[in-house]
Amino acid sequence: MTGSVLDLAELRRILRIVAGTEQGVDLDADILDTSFSDLGYDSLALLEAAAQILREFGVRLDDDALLDAKSPRQLLDLVSTADSLS
Amino acid sequence: MTGPLVTGMGVVAPNGVGVEAYWSAVLAGVPAIGPVRRFDASGYPSRLAAEVDPDAAAHLPSRLLPQTDHMTRLALVAAEAALADAAVAPGTYDPFDQGVVTASSAGGFDFGHRELEKLWRSGNEFVSAYQSFAWFYAVNTGQISIRHGLKGPSGVIVTDAAGGLDAIAQARRQLRRGSRLIVGGGVDGSLCSWGWVAKQAGGRLSESDDPARAYLPFDARAAGHVPGEGGAILVIEDADAARGRGAPRVYGEIAGYGASFDPAPESGLASTLHRAVTAALTDAGMEPGDIDVVFADGAAVPELDWQEATQIATVFGPRTVPVTVPKTMFGRLDAGSAALDVATALLAIRDGVIPATVHVEPSADYPIDLVVGEPVRRRIRAALVIARGHGGFNSALIVRSAA
Repeated sequence: MTGSVLDLAELRRILRIVAGTEQGVDLDADILDTSFSDLGYDSLALLEAAAQILREFGVRLDDDALLDAKSPRQLLDLVSTADSLS
Repeated sequence: MTGPLVTGMGVVAPNGVGVEAYWSAVLAGVPAIGPVRRFDASGYPSRLAAEVDPDAAAHLPSRLLPQTDHMTRLALVAAEAALADAAVAPGTYDPFDQGVVTASSAGGFDFGHRELEKLWRSGNEFVSAYQSFAWFYAVNTGQISIRHGLKGPSGVIVTDAAGGLDAIAQARRQLRRGSRLIVGGGVDGSLCSWGWVAKQAGGRLSESDDPARAYLPFDARAAGHVPGEGGAILVIEDADAARGRGAPRVYGEIAGYGASFDPAPESGLASTLHRAVTAALTDAGMEPGDIDVVFADGAAVPELDWQEATQIATVFGPRTVPVTVPKTMFGRLDAGSAALDVATALLAIRDGVIPATVHVEPSADYPIDLVVGEPVRRRIRAALVIARGHGGFNSALIVRSAA
């Protein structure tokens, strides 16, 4: 999958796989600027997502930078500016 | 001054999920031992187990699934049910006055097994971040605490099968130190191939393929036990606090507790189990004649059965008090069994009935009055639960009617 683009739809899919969905949260809503804490995701959920992004997209995220990303938009921006391993 | 009260219960057992489903199955003598379904056990010396309904935890939020072992999911189901049963209105207690104490024997073995497999097969980047806690002994306590906002004194007890009682005793200590409510007990089990190998190495598993002959404590044919999964979680409250809020249900009082440790097997010294029992009686301010029924540990290992039967007879007199082992229906649930026995004892008090031991033909060599066949109806004011853990742990806990 290296070379594909991580967009919001892909991020939703990854979050569902690695961390599930919090009760009462609609991931399909407009969540681009919703905080991860409002979405019910803690730092471990984000680490899980980063590991999945590495496996699927070959993009390695710096742990500190990852935990500074507070919303899906910030995480997607981080991925798009990170160096691909391939 | 009275001991703490049990005001809510949640049960997850192989023969019933939920207090009433479990209790009616126990009174009907419904067994739940069968071939292992969770994984292929056909190549192992032991092939029988007692598994909980696979749909028992199906309603848990998906957010919890990637971070929980199977037995943690079952513990969350039991804790949720216990707290719903206790019906504590939000805001009744300060979150810091409510804690959690559970017992565990091995932690999330299945979860850990899968992550180790990923580590060696695919590399460290494939290991779940949740492995940091999902395998751990204290994980059930942590997950229950987080889910229900119980922020007070909490912990985990690891004393093998004695843990279910030791956790309730620890809950009582925290209540004496000022907590108002402790969620306590044990839900356990490691029915996965790695857990299975560990259990085989323990040397106490039955190798029978006949579910009706595989777990026969106090029977001349006893040759080990069948492992199962599940247990019980109780809501245990300070008595004044529970009465002050008008708790809708009071199952009974935690009246007494005692523990002892056995001498090394090669010492030739006798088991100290009777010390745990007499300590519990003293703690409760009761005489042996005040106990109406004994829920025995029932190891189904001849030497251990002998120790337990003779020590019960030492304290109570030969064939004096009724003894029962309802877990003959569903095997031994690691640290979950004793907590489930406490729940069963409280239901026996509530309904005035002693559930029967199934499948067993009591050996005349053991000087105890084992209840077999049909449940026995009689008034029960107090019950003793005995639990013994591999390595020498002996625990005894007395529950008493609060009426």
